[in-house]
Amino acid sequence: MVNLEIKIHDLVIKNPVLTASGTCGFGEEIADFMDLSLLGGLVVKGTTLKHREGNAYPRMAETPSGMLNAVGLQNKGVDNFISNIYPQIKDLNTHIIVNVNGSTIDEYVALTERLNELDKIPAIELNISCPNVKEGGMAFGISCASAEAVVKAVRKAYSKTLIVKLSPNVTNIAEIAKAVEGQGADSVSLINTLLAMAVNAETRKPVLSTITGGLSGPAIKPIALRMVWQVYNAVKIPVIGMGGIMNATDAVEFMIAGASAVEVGTAIFIDPTIPVQIIDGIASYMERHKIQSVNEIIGSLQC
Amino acid sequence: MKKTVTNFLLIENKQLNKDNFQLLLHSPHPFTDIFPGQFINVEIKDASDIFLRRPFSILDADYDQQTIKLLVKILGRGSKKLTEEITGQTINAIFPLGKSFTLPDKSDRVLLIGGGSGVAPMLFLAKLCGLDPSNVNVLIGARSASDHIDVTEYLNYGNYYFTTEDGSLGEKGYVTNHSIFITHLDQFDKIYCCGPDLMMKAIGRKAVEKNIFCEVSLENMMACGFGVCLCCVEDTKTGHKCVCTDGPVFNVNDLKW
Repeated sequence: MVNLEIKIHDLVIKNPVLTASGTCGFGEEIADFMDLSLLGGLVVKGTTLKHREGNAYPRMAETPSGMLNAVGLQNKGVDNFISNIYPQIKDLNTHIIVNVNGSTIDEYVALTERLNELDKIPAIELNISCPNVKEGGMAFGISCASAEAVVKAVRKAYSKTLIVKLSPNVTNIAEIAKAVEGQGADSVSLINTLLAMAVNAETRKPVLSTITGGLSGPAIKPIALRMVWQVYNAVKIPVIGMGGIMNATDAVEFMIAGASAVEVGTAIFIDPTIPVQIIDGIASYMERHKIQSVNEIIGSLQC
Repeated sequence: MKKTVTNFLLIENKQLNKDNFQLLLHSPHPFTDIFPGQFINVEIKDASDIFLRRPFSILDADYDQQTIKLLVKILGRGSKKLTEEITGQTINAIFPLGKSFTLPDKSDRVLLIGGGSGVAPMLFLAKLCGLDPSNVNVLIGARSASDHIDVTEYLNYGNYYFTTEDGSLGEKGYVTNHSIFITHLDQFDKIYCCGPDLMMKAIGRKAVEKNIFCEVSLENMMACGFGVCLCCVEDTKTGHKCVCTDGPVFNVNDLKW
């Protein structure tokens, strides 16, 4: 029997596979397809202080080995989350992590304070990397100074595990990771989507209503792997890797590059049973390589 | 019924006309409660340029035989690839997805309007609506006679009317030009429709004007089909709604048409 347990700061996670924000709703939407308690964790849909309608349709474009989205953080706001969703999911027997968004530092802090009161939310993923909103979002994640400012403020308001989700749309992601580590982040997760676009040659119009959107899927995996490896070498806090993970081999590659855990995202759109298949696949990999603890894989890249 | 990811066996792939194919899929597991308007999201195999599944409306379901029938119209790379699958192959699909049409009351007279591949759920609805066939009127539009699919199997479930743009079958013009639509619309208690957006909008507006119950089935582009990607939203009177889970069937009164 292999040991799949890992730790992110002081949060013990039964296996390193989490579902990525914006790809698993609030869990209920994918509960028909798998036993959610098997997951290491569920990072629920990006939440904001107030209700957001998100961007206009069309919000999606299929691209080679991936897709663009421009959803724009559509959600019903934190009050709705606390009253209507949290009671339904708090006892799922997996870690529920809330992805936190804001247009201003005050909004991030106000939202974080509300979430800090919820016993069954052991961690938040601070999203400073959403490319699809006009204000805030990625703007906070593309300079060390603004990333530091938001993490510093949120750290004061949040006593549990603080994961900061980083943007790949930067020159040096390791610098940003170091900056947020310096302000007390317990972990970093990366990468969010890459800013991208699609054009319809027949109509000469952009495919997305917002012109640009975020690219995800296997198309971004090599970039994500490179960034996970760079960040792993730059910080001491645990790294959560994501970006185009479609199967267990992909997940293992991220862990070898330095990820303590992985998030599975776009793959869920194609097959919502994939997260559980990946957990089983990591265990099989470990058995095949006679690895007892999954921690032995983390950062085991042999250069 | 619980949604599942199922490996169906393709037991028949029949070309109906130039662009339309009928696929018969056998499920390894028994199923029940599949209703008109629901859809299935199909994996397109061995196509390096196709990343996402493709949604198709369910044309028919047979619980005893454990089969699902699909009408696949070639619209792009994904649908073309699917029509090239040969009998005996496995077709992976997520099903059943979406909300169905509201079944009519026993005393209702209904008009079902299908345009292009939108005919699929209308034939299924004609079969399942449980009304006396004399109260079921099915109006089907296509470009020309050769674009219409053979509906012989469904003729017992209602009265059929056809339009073609070139006049080669039925009345000439669009479905909204058909005499039953122009002069007899008031006779109907409910209108159901599936087809191109412009067609559905024209029908929907007329239904609102005449205060007739009308449901339409939308077809926005989607990534997942089960309500997590939030890409297929329709801007309704009560905000963005997912076509895949809040629809695809909507009452026209809820839409900003």
